Formats: sequence, C-alpha cells, structure tokens
Amino acid sequence: MTKKLLRNKLTLFGAGIILLLVLIAVFAPYITKYDPTCINIQDALLRPSLEHPFGTDSLGRDLFTRIIYASRIALLIGFVAVGLAAAIGVFFGSVAGYFGGKIDSAIMRFADVMLCFPAFFLILAVIAVVGPGIFNIMVVIGLTSWMGMARLIRAEILSLKTRDYVLASRSLGASNFFIITKHLIPNGIGPVLVSLIFGVAGAILTEAGLSFIGLGVQPPDPSWGNILMEGKAVMGAGWWVILFPGLAILITVLAFNLFGEGLRDALNPGKS
Amino acid sequence: MSLETELSPVYGDAFVTGQIGDARTLVPILASDSPSSYIVSLVFNGLVKYDKNVELTGDLAESWDIEERGLVIVFHLRKGVKWHDGYPFTARDVKFTYECLIDPDIPTPYSGDFRMIKAVEIIDDYTLKVTYKEPFAPGLTSWGMPIMPEHILKGHNLLTTDFARNPVGTGPYKFKRWKTGERIDLVSNHGYFEHRPYIDRYIYRVIPDTATMFLELETFGIDSMSLTPLQYTRQTDTPFFRKRFQKFKYPMFVYTFMAYNLKDKKFKDKTVRRALNYAVDKNEIINGALLGQGRIATGQFVPESWAFNPEVKPYPFDPEKAKGMLGEAGWNDSDADGWLDKNGEKFEFTIIINQGNDTRRMAAEIIQRRLKDIGVKVNIRVLEWSVFINEFVNKKRFEALIMGWGLGREPDCFDIFHSSKTRTGEFNFITYSNPEVDRLLVEGRRTFDRSERKKIYREIHRILYEDQPYMFLYIPDALVAVNSRFQGIEASPIGIAYNFIDWWVPKDKQRFKY
Amino acid sequence: MARYIIRRVLQIIPILLGITIISFAVIHLAPGKPTDLMLQLNPKIEYEAREKLERIYGLDKPLYAQYFDWLKKLMRLDFGNSFTDNRPVIDKIFERLPVTLLINFLAMAVILIFSIPIGVKSAVKRGSFFDKVMTVLVFIGFAAPGFWLALLLMSFFGVRLGILPVSGIVSLDFENFTLSHKTVDLLRHLILPVSVASIGGVAGISRYMRQSMLGVISQDYIRTARAKGLSERTVIHKHALRNALLPIITILGLSIPALISGSVILETIFGIPGMGRLMVEAVFTRDYNVVMAGLVISAFLTLAGNLIADIAYVYADPRIRYDKISRPVR
Repeated sequence: MTKKLLRNKLTLFGAGIILLLVLIAVFAPYITKYDPTCINIQDALLRPSLEHPFGTDSLGRDLFTRIIYASRIALLIGFVAVGLAAAIGVFFGSVAGYFGGKIDSAIMRFADVMLCFPAFFLILAVIAVVGPGIFNIMVVIGLTSWMGMARLIRAEILSLKTRDYVLASRSLGASNFFIITKHLIPNGIGPVLVSLIFGVAGAILTEAGLSFIGLGVQPPDPSWGNILMEGKAVMGAGWWVILFPGLAILITVLAFNLFGEGLRDALNPGKS
Repeated sequence: MSLETELSPVYGDAFVTGQIGDARTLVPILASDSPSSYIVSLVFNGLVKYDKNVELTGDLAESWDIEERGLVIVFHLRKGVKWHDGYPFTARDVKFTYECLIDPDIPTPYSGDFRMIKAVEIIDDYTLKVTYKEPFAPGLTSWGMPIMPEHILKGHNLLTTDFARNPVGTGPYKFKRWKTGERIDLVSNHGYFEHRPYIDRYIYRVIPDTATMFLELETFGIDSMSLTPLQYTRQTDTPFFRKRFQKFKYPMFVYTFMAYNLKDKKFKDKTVRRALNYAVDKNEIINGALLGQGRIATGQFVPESWAFNPEVKPYPFDPEKAKGMLGEAGWNDSDADGWLDKNGEKFEFTIIINQGNDTRRMAAEIIQRRLKDIGVKVNIRVLEWSVFINEFVNKKRFEALIMGWGLGREPDCFDIFHSSKTRTGEFNFITYSNPEVDRLLVEGRRTFDRSERKKIYREIHRILYEDQPYMFLYIPDALVAVNSRFQGIEASPIGIAYNFIDWWVPKDKQRFKY
Repeated sequence: MARYIIRRVLQIIPILLGITIISFAVIHLAPGKPTDLMLQLNPKIEYEAREKLERIYGLDKPLYAQYFDWLKKLMRLDFGNSFTDNRPVIDKIFERLPVTLLINFLAMAVILIFSIPIGVKSAVKRGSFFDKVMTVLVFIGFAAPGFWLALLLMSFFGVRLGILPVSGIVSLDFENFTLSHKTVDLLRHLILPVSVASIGGVAGISRYMRQSMLGVISQDYIRTARAKGLSERTVIHKHALRNALLPIITILGLSIPALISGSVILETIFGIPGMGRLMVEAVFTRDYNVVMAGLVISAFLTLAGNLIADIAYVYADPRIRYDKISRPVR
C-alpha cells in the first residue's frame, strides 16, 4: 500500500504540503519575528514589502505572522475536532457493527436523527447556545460529524467479523473488547482514516464559515477565517488581507483532499 | 464637466438606498429597529420635528403654546392635511395614537414619555390640549412620535394587522410594495402638505453585506450608502469616485463607551476607573478604529448639543500616571509576573462586545493592548446581540462591556443614570448611584427654561466625567456617499435627510423613468 | 415491498417526534428570547414593554407547556407565527423557498452535467494528464472558501468587467420587463451564485463518479463484454455507466433535504432572500417558531429522501431485486 501511495505524485504533493504546514505551525515563532497581536495603528494596511511580505492588516499587525500563527489554530481545530468525531464514530460504529441486532438499530437510528439536521446550521445553533471560542468550536464540530465515520467502520466490521481469524480468536476465548480493539478496528480503520483526512479540511472550511457569521475564533487570536473576514471589510483598500488567508485555506484544504484521495485509492484500488 | 443649464428643481427619477437589514413592521409605535424606523419616517409625520439648526419646529402641528409653567401644551394642528387614502387628518388621530401608546396590551417601546401625561383633550378638529402630571420638559420632543390614522386602525390589533405591511400615513412618500428580504418601494405623495417631493420614487434595497454594498455602489446598483471609515478614507478618493459621487460627513448624535459593572469590587473604586481612563489613548482608537473620522467623547452629550460642557476636557494619555494611581489603590505587581495584583488576585477582566460591529471590536483590541502595557489583563468576548443583551446586560453578568447610546436631541438621561433605573432590563445596568446626579436629573426634567437646563446638564456632564462610570470613548462621524446626480443636499448637524423632499435630479441625468 | 415501505413510513413518525423534542430543547437552551430584539436598547424604551410582549407570545409559560402548544398546532399543519413580525411562519417560508429551490435545482443540474462526464473520463483514462488536471482543478474549486470565491468573482465580473450584476436576484425595473427579458434578467443574476454553489458539488460528485466507474470497469462482466467484441463505446456507455450511476441515485435521494436549504454565506454575499438567511436570522433573533418549522421540514425531507433513495436503488439495481432481498444493506 505504501508503495502505491508514494507512486502518486499528487498524493505526495498533498502530503508534502501537510508536512510543511505542521512544521510551520510548530516553528512559528522562529519563522517570524513579529508579535501577531501587536497593534501599530500608524502601520495599518501597508502593501506587501520586504518588511512585511504579506502586508499589514487594519490594526497594523504583520499579516504574514498572523497567517503563520493561524496555521496552528487551523491544525489544532482540524485534528482535535475530527479526532473527537473519529473517536465517537469508531466507538458507536464498531459497537453497532459487532453486536448487531437491537443495539445496531438503536445506534444507527440515533445517527439518522443527527443526520436530519443540516450540518452547518446545527453547528451554528449549538455555538449560539454555548458561545464561540476555539474549544467550543472543536467540541461542537466533533460532536456533530461522527456519523459518517460510524457508518464506515460499521460497514467494515460487518464484513470483517465473519472472517476466519475472528472466529478463531473467539474460539480461543478472546473477549469481545479484545476482538474489537485488536482485530476489527485496526483492519477496518482504513476508510475512517480517509474520512478523517477529508474531515480536517472540512473543519477548516467550517471555521471560516463560522467566522463569517462572527462565531468563529475570537479576537485577538488569528484564524484564517477571521483574517478573511477582516479582509472582506477592507477589500477595496487592501487586497492582500483577503487574498492571502484565502490562499492559505485553499492550499491547505487542497493538500488534505489530495492526500485523502490518494490514501483512498491506495487502500481500496477497485472497490467503489 | 458639463454646465448645469437647469438651475431649478424638476420632478422625476428614483433614489435607491442600500441598507443591511430589512424592516420588521411599519406600524409606527411598534417600529423599534432602525430599518423600520427609517421607512416610517418617510411615510408618517409627528406633531413636531427637528430643523437643521437642531431646534424643534412644527410638522403636523403648526404651532403650540406652553401654558401653566409647562403643565399644559396646546397644539394647533395643520389644516387640510390628508392621509394617503384621502381621508382628512384631525386631532382624533393624535388622541388615538396617544391611547395606543399607553394601552397596557400594546407592547410599544415608546410609552415611557407618554405615561407622564394626565390627559389629552380634543378641543376641536385642529386643536389638542395635553396636560401633564408634572412639568415635563422632554415631553415636547416626544411628540415627534409618528401619528397613526384612527379611521383605519381603530379596533385593530396592532400586532397582527395588515397595516404593518401596508401602511397609510400623511408623509411625503406613500407605501407601494414590500418584497421581504429584498426591497421596499415608496412613491411620492403628490398632495404632501409641504410640497410634492421632487424625487418620484424611493427604493430601499436590502443588501446584507457591506462589501457587496460597496460593489453595488460602484456599479450604480444603489445611489447611497453609509460608508465605513475605511471606505470613506481609502476607497473613495479615486477620480472615478469623486466624479460620480458626493461624500458627506457630519457628526452623529451617538457615542461609544466602555461600561464598568460598578458592583464588581475591582471597579468600585473611582480612582481605579480614573486611572484606566489615563491608560487608554482615545486618539489611538479614533485613528485606528475610525481612521480619524470621529472625536473623543467626554460624556453623555455631544458638542452639537446645547447641554454639552466645553470645559470638560478629556484626560491626556498618561500610562505612567495610570500606573501610579493604580498603585495608590493597592494594585501592584508584587509577584513580578507582568500583571498587577492586589491581595493575591490578578487584575484581569473580560470586555464583552456584540458581534457585528468591527469598530467596537477594534476599539476593544486597542484597549486590551494598552491595558496590557500597564499590567492589566483584558479578555475579549464577542457575543450575539440577543445573548449580549439578555444574559449579560440585563442580568448584569459582566465586568465591562463596550456599547453605544444613540441620543435624542433632548438631553434628558434620567433612564440611564438615575439610581432608580436599575431593575432588570433597565438602562442603569451598571448600578450607578450619585445622589447629586439624581437630584440634577429630576430638576432637569421639570425645568423648562433653556438657560436653567443648560446649567443643570453641564453640571451633570462634569460630574459624570469625574466619576467615570463609563470610560467615554468616541463620537463617530456619519459618513455617507450619494450619487452626484442628486442636487439640493445640505449637510447639517442633524444629517442630510431632513430636506429629502427638496432633493432633485436634472432631467438629462435621471436614471429611472417609468 | 409494500410492507417494507409501510414499515419505514411508520418509523418516520417517532424519529420525527424525537427530532422535534431535541430541536425544541436545544434552541430554548440558547440564552435570550425573541423579545430581546424588539427592544434594541433605545433609552426611551420601556421596561414593561418586554413583559407585555412575553405574555402575549406565551413565552412566560413553562417549557413543556410551550412545546405541547406548538405540537398541537403542528398536528393541524399550523407552524405558528414568527416572533419577529407576527406573520405566519408558513408565509415566510413560502416567500423564500422558490429562490432557494431554483438555485439548488440549477446547481444540481450544473453539477450533474459537468461531473458525470468528468468522472467517467477520469476513470476510463485513469492516470492520464486529463485525470490529473481534472483532479487538481476540481479540488481547487472545492477547497476555496465559498465567500472568498464569491467576492473575487463579483469584483471581477461585476465591477471590473461589468458584464454581470453584482447582487440581488432581479434588476430594479424588473416589473416593467417583458417575460423573456425577465427570464434573461433572472438567469443573469443567478449565474454567479449558482456557479459558486455548484463548485463543491462538482468536485464531490465527479470524484464519486470516478470511483464508482473504476469499480465497475474492473468487474468481470465488463471484461466479458469486451471479449465479446463490443465496441469500447458500447462497453462504457451501455454497460459500465448504467451500473456506475447507481450510487449517484442514492446521493440524489440523500440530497433532497439539501434542496430546501440555502447557504447563508452565499445568500448574504449575493443578497439573495433565501432560506439560509431566514433560518440563521431566526436563530439569532430566537424566532423559535421559524427555527422549529425549518428543522421539522428539513428532517421530514431527509427521512423521506432516504426512503426514496433506498426504494429507487432497489428498483435500479437488478441484483438486489432479483435476489429477493427485501431490505437493502446501506
């Protein structure tokens, strides 16, 4: 599988960008000398220059710096939110798939109910209740996006649980818990991983959407979404404030999507 | 540049304005949101209105007499005014409007001032006598309330009536059509009692996004919009813009402030509040958040108001002094962590602001930064309006917040600063109490003599700045762009819309024919 | 089959009930009430006005009482009145629904027209230049944040080139146009919103199509068809495509609820008076009746859409039909 992964140039490109992003996020303070929250009114809305490669925003803060620091928040939200969704989804999905019967019905019914709500709207409504903020956003996205992954792992487990090695394991006295966690989940996790990768991209776009409504990451913390919103307000006077965060989101989401696609291709070459 | 050959007004054309929000109801006494009030002001008239010198002048009332030292006002109404459906306007309509205002089953937000009235008597079709329980100076202004037609609305439930979406008034424009969420169309009232408006149609377009609105302005999809400071200073100086549009800047009767919850032990001490005032550079806020399009606020009254006290000067920006004062009040950085503390507690608080206001957000960020410089930690929380008002303001669950008051021209601010107005939902939500201010507020309402009132309110202005229940921040300027084809616009302290019926477009420049 | 359908329809009722209870609870948990917005902090506004209003709307009753009142009305298909302007909720929804439906149908058409051929060709010519370029292009469209793209396009086509209107759904003098002019005007206004709305869908569906096609092509019966000497064209179009389209049918069924939902972001940027703005504004103004109506209708359509998709799949996929499996595995 890894060989196949490495062969596809697009997938490599995606993976490369992701790696670069993680490095940038981790080493942010070393890459740029500015403070992302330092306000300097007299430097407001300067064009890109050597001093400020991406220009400055309306409060005089260096845009390049803010975008770099925002990558931390993007990755944080992406991975934590989707990680949470994956944890919940894998739990519910594997229990439903393994035990079947009434438990399966109940869990899938619950997932159906959750799916009846339009996704973004549900997130918005819950944020309206609990208030915006990085933590709340991560938790809410996590709590509302597990259904897809639950379905995927359930489907895998349904087909895997009749395999020989599972039957053998059970006849040797292995507990259900052991079988699920040691055999079924690791073998069935493929599609969930793919979904996870796409999910990170989705979470980043969702945060941008929430920022549009004003319920995204709050000031003064920079997120690509809220920088983009600021850029919208200064559109005619500072094209850089809207161009660069948009490109950042575009490239990141693109990278995750390409990598996810490649992963999916590699995992199941012919299956639909 | 073509020479204007036409120097006198002609009829025709339409005026298209762009606004963010749609109206909710066009029943005047129920319209409490800006978009609704906007349309109502074109379709209806009150008894009085403000002229361009910020003085009260007659609208539906030709004149009035104040008798018995302010206890009684007798209005002499204009004769020959007709409602848009042809029916004559009389004193019965005024009395009917008054009865609706004080009706306990009608949830009008405006009844406060009218509760001070003891009786309204119709002397004849065009004369009305209003008797107050006590002399009440703000009363006259309150009669700017739009008057509703008795012959249409009597017996109707104002909350469910069709009138809310199909109003009939006496004003310069008649209602034509409302496409929800999209636009409202008005046409000129040819029989309007002042004179027929020159502009034949008024179109109110709902454009929910300011970036989009500016693009619409540039492509002539709308004729006018309120500009943000940024748009005003940076995006509208091109030769294209200067040729096609006229810009207006005039002071608003609005000020923005940061309120302290005076029940919070951190803010109880006046010295602390005054210290914080020294620590924040208001000019930085005006330059940063307003790009210079505004002035420092020193209190409840703006410079254009007769109640304004020019001797109250804003504190200079002096962080050292601020630190010193805070030190006196017991706040020092005893553990050298960069933050001030007292009795083991860090000086930290949260400012809440409502979502959707970029200027306030920027002001909050600037305050946050400057207070950080003197060792005070500030967190910012942005809340939706509903949550902001209900949870935090009404239930007083806040430490500090940034908000603005839209002021009438009448300086009475009893509802905001009197110590009795502290119930849930009332406007003294900071729990301010100063017996001297209380006394002055009561006096100010009962006195009719302008020079007496002036002294009273100027004293209030002075005391409030000294007490610092709010950190008074700024008075923004109104910034408006209007397509250059409209003639007759004159900026004044009350804006540019006061003489809208006198605006006109030369025949060769008119865009909309029907 | 009929028994299956009836069973599924009956199951919808308790699910729907559960959804209404959850929705009701969640939106009432949000702090604030619809009456807060009526009193926009104008110092002249009265303290008692709010209490009066709450009484009139029944907002002072305990929650369960309010819920049952609402449920009783729903039984008569009465969705109640909006708290912001007291008009029937159903009126407000019907005002906004046509535009949203139009945009969504057009977007769906655009998506299908583009993504199916792209998906098929990408699968057939897997790994080729075309495949690679399409992959990147399609993903770029998907990765760009909607409102960013919208603003860029508006500035370019609307302001710079001046060939498309910036926002709104019709021109100012629409009323005076001839029917054909009206149609053209409407379509011109919808070009940008529909384009931005469909970009994500084109990405998703074309990838899905490609995936499905790849799966089908590798099957034995395709090899058989080729061995029989049938032309490549027949193989692809007649045999492979028909089978590869099956999952797309499922997706179409699952997309039914999305037809009534509008993107609040696009509607705000383009000034379109659609369902997205209606619902989001309702959340912000705590207009409970509008929010509940939206959620109930959406939930109903989701469940109905699922059912239709399942049934359609059974009819379209002969394997399932002839194998007499009465309940397709999802």
